[in-house]
Amino acid sequence: MASHSENHYFVPHGSIYPALISVGLLSMASGFVFNVTGSDTRLDGSFKNPALSYLATPGKYMMYLGLAIILTMMFKWLSTVVTESITGQYKKWEDKSFRIGMIVFICSEVAFFAAFFGALFYMRVLSVPDLASYAPDITPYKDFLSTWPSQGPGGVVLGETYKPDASFHPMTWSGLPLINTLLLLSSGATITWAHWGLIKNNRKQLIIGLFLTIALGVTFLCCQAAEYHHAYTEMGLTLKSGAYGATFFMLTGFHGFHVTIGTLMLIVIWLRSIKGHFTPEHHFGFEGVAWYWHFVDVVWLGLYIFVYML
Amino acid sequence: MSTTTVAHHDEHHDDHPTGIMRWLTTTNHKDIGTMYLTFSLVMFLVGGSMILGIRAELFKPGLQLMNPEFFNQLIGVHALIMIFAALMPAATGFANWMLPLQIGAPDMALPRLNNWGFWILPPSAILLTLPFTLALFGVGDGALATGWTFYPPLSVQGGIGVDFAIFAVHLLGISSVLGSINIIVTIYNMRAPGMTLMKMPMFAWGWLITAFLLIATIPVLAGAVTMLLTDRHFGTHFFDAAGGGDPIMFQHLFWFFGHPEVYILLLPVWGFIPQILQTFSRKPMYGYKAQVYSLWAIGALAVVVWAHHFFTAGMPVPALLYFMYSTMAISLPLAVLFYCWIRTMWKGSMSFETPMLFTVGWIILFGIGGLTGLVLADVAADAQYHNSYFVVAHFHYTLFAGGIMGIMAGVYYWLPKMTGHMYNEKLGKTHFWLTAISFNVTFIPQFFVGLAGMPRRIPDYALQFAEFNMISTVGAFVLGLSQLLFVYIIISCVKGGKKATDKVWEGAQGLEWTLPSPPPYHSFTEQPVVK
Repeated sequence: MASHSENHYFVPHGSIYPALISVGLLSMASGFVFNVTGSDTRLDGSFKNPALSYLATPGKYMMYLGLAIILTMMFKWLSTVVTESITGQYKKWEDKSFRIGMIVFICSEVAFFAAFFGALFYMRVLSVPDLASYAPDITPYKDFLSTWPSQGPGGVVLGETYKPDASFHPMTWSGLPLINTLLLLSSGATITWAHWGLIKNNRKQLIIGLFLTIALGVTFLCCQAAEYHHAYTEMGLTLKSGAYGATFFMLTGFHGFHVTIGTLMLIVIWLRSIKGHFTPEHHFGFEGVAWYWHFVDVVWLGLYIFVYML
Repeated sequence: MSTTTVAHHDEHHDDHPTGIMRWLTTTNHKDIGTMYLTFSLVMFLVGGSMILGIRAELFKPGLQLMNPEFFNQLIGVHALIMIFAALMPAATGFANWMLPLQIGAPDMALPRLNNWGFWILPPSAILLTLPFTLALFGVGDGALATGWTFYPPLSVQGGIGVDFAIFAVHLLGISSVLGSINIIVTIYNMRAPGMTLMKMPMFAWGWLITAFLLIATIPVLAGAVTMLLTDRHFGTHFFDAAGGGDPIMFQHLFWFFGHPEVYILLLPVWGFIPQILQTFSRKPMYGYKAQVYSLWAIGALAVVVWAHHFFTAGMPVPALLYFMYSTMAISLPLAVLFYCWIRTMWKGSMSFETPMLFTVGWIILFGIGGLTGLVLADVAADAQYHNSYFVVAHFHYTLFAGGIMGIMAGVYYWLPKMTGHMYNEKLGKTHFWLTAISFNVTFIPQFFVGLAGMPRRIPDYALQFAEFNMISTVGAFVLGLSQLLFVYIIISCVKGGKKATDKVWEGAQGLEWTLPSPPPYHSFTEQPVVK
């Protein structure tokens, strides 16, 4: 086998995990729809679909079931891949495939965040100023001024009255967000330091570096949770706070979700490092996670500038 | 060297499971390609039968068969199925089957991911159509009734069908992104030694640019429908003026994906059409470089012209002008492509087997689609034609003629290679003529009723449109029924028929024709060297 390692591409044996993940996705997606349809409420707390409220509970279990299937199957799938990696099935050629694939995947993630940044810019630059720009005799939003942060002019939405919250405060750039920025930037440095350790075959530096990165990531998530709590309880800033609330929580929320995924990935490669995986020449698993972590870092910088500062 | 390869080959690969487990677990690009193509054919028939319901309702004025809500649901689901579950999987199926053969690769670069990419599709098809079934049991009011474009506020008000469609789109998006990652990696990393990018088959170029477009735009659609979901259920105000949002913003986000989507559907076809032309003209394709550059130019322009889909929604005049001129600019690289296609046939020793018939018909009909698009790109004219049947006819000339008929040309072209049998040439030609004629009978009248002002997506219409609609319905039923012939031809070709040679077509060029028909389960375990 070694004789044709360089010009023989490793085509893995078949696997049932992808198909089962799809079953999990089906269960989770339809469960989510049932749950949300059954439990949807209006602003006054009454059910939107009282006749379908019995769907909420079975929907919830379908979601959990789907999620359990997805997580189990991903774990087993990735275990297979790790086993193939440490038994030496992946050579330079396969390694290059993974690298290109990871880069393209991160590009698709960039496009996903671009949609939400696009929504933010659109609202700030176009829709909020537009709503304030009409002559008083032709607009229902007479007293609305174009400012940012904006909760919108308020009005009747699909039969429900939406009113901006008088106690609303936007998030400031100093305090927790600044600490979070420093945390993520430092974590970018610690993971690079861990990478240097790996290249020098200094296992201790690798393991400590990864541990520090994980600690910084977890601290970031705790700070963000505290920030959300503060926003909901004291600042009148919720997901329902008009244009600002929607873009603020969706952007930082999806970012936080990505940090969570990234932290889980870091924990996996940390455990793998402790077990002695990765060599100075062959460690795509490490690098893929590091790239992902840097991507999450860069998105945060965009958030910090456009959501918090400007 | 070669003996070790054979030994390896035996030990590793030929012990694939049989029966259903073979298909559920497969990592083989040909198996996965076959699944994609089969899925596409099945969904093509499902989506097609939905539209026959629509055409039956429109056979004469007034409401006969269904209520307007159900009519709207059929329209939206028809479009989503045809675009996401028929056309895109067909192109991906060809990519799976043919790219590794054409570039001399042992398989796709990421085979398990490839398997996952396919197996996400059946669940999303279930999500799309499940609301119809649920409505029968009193849950919800059926599928999404917004058309495939999900415009708010209608989609924010809509019922359970919208939620299901949102998740269907999410899953389809995941599938497309996985497929694109795989194709990009395969093209960059798996080419045979010596095959530089500018020696690649045109099909690889078409798909490479398609994959880039998918990576750039599908996640934006995912973001847009996610905002819709939170607007529906979690109280955000993205598309709602009371909160400072804007329903038009959804149109921008949607069409930022939606316009490139047109090229996502067409670029793979533009890839293999020149290959079919050179095969049946028995000469090399004309202007390889010009075609590659044109494909890139169209891919780049595709992401900066989206707002021409809603000129009438209201936007500043400079924006209107920009989107008009940039849209019209697409016709330049497209004209280069048309020139190259026609010039490939020029003075060739042409013969007209079924794939060539479909290709020549495709050039003419897709040309009509392109030219009517130029009409719609004109802001002033579009104010009249917007949302009329003229638009419906236009995009069916691009997507049925330019998409599906191109795919059919590909099916006839490669079916002997895939199955090892020749299809029935006489039936194939019959299928072409039935399809081409009934397609025109269906859609030419729609240009006229559209110009006269008949709006789309409405189950009833004014009496003056009655004759044209009647003709259109007759055409649609002939078109639909002749596809049963297509299914019959494919099935009988899979089952048996005259043995196909390795080269199949006299003028065939490219690596895939150097392999036996059908190719072995694992082809190119040793990569060929391209000079």
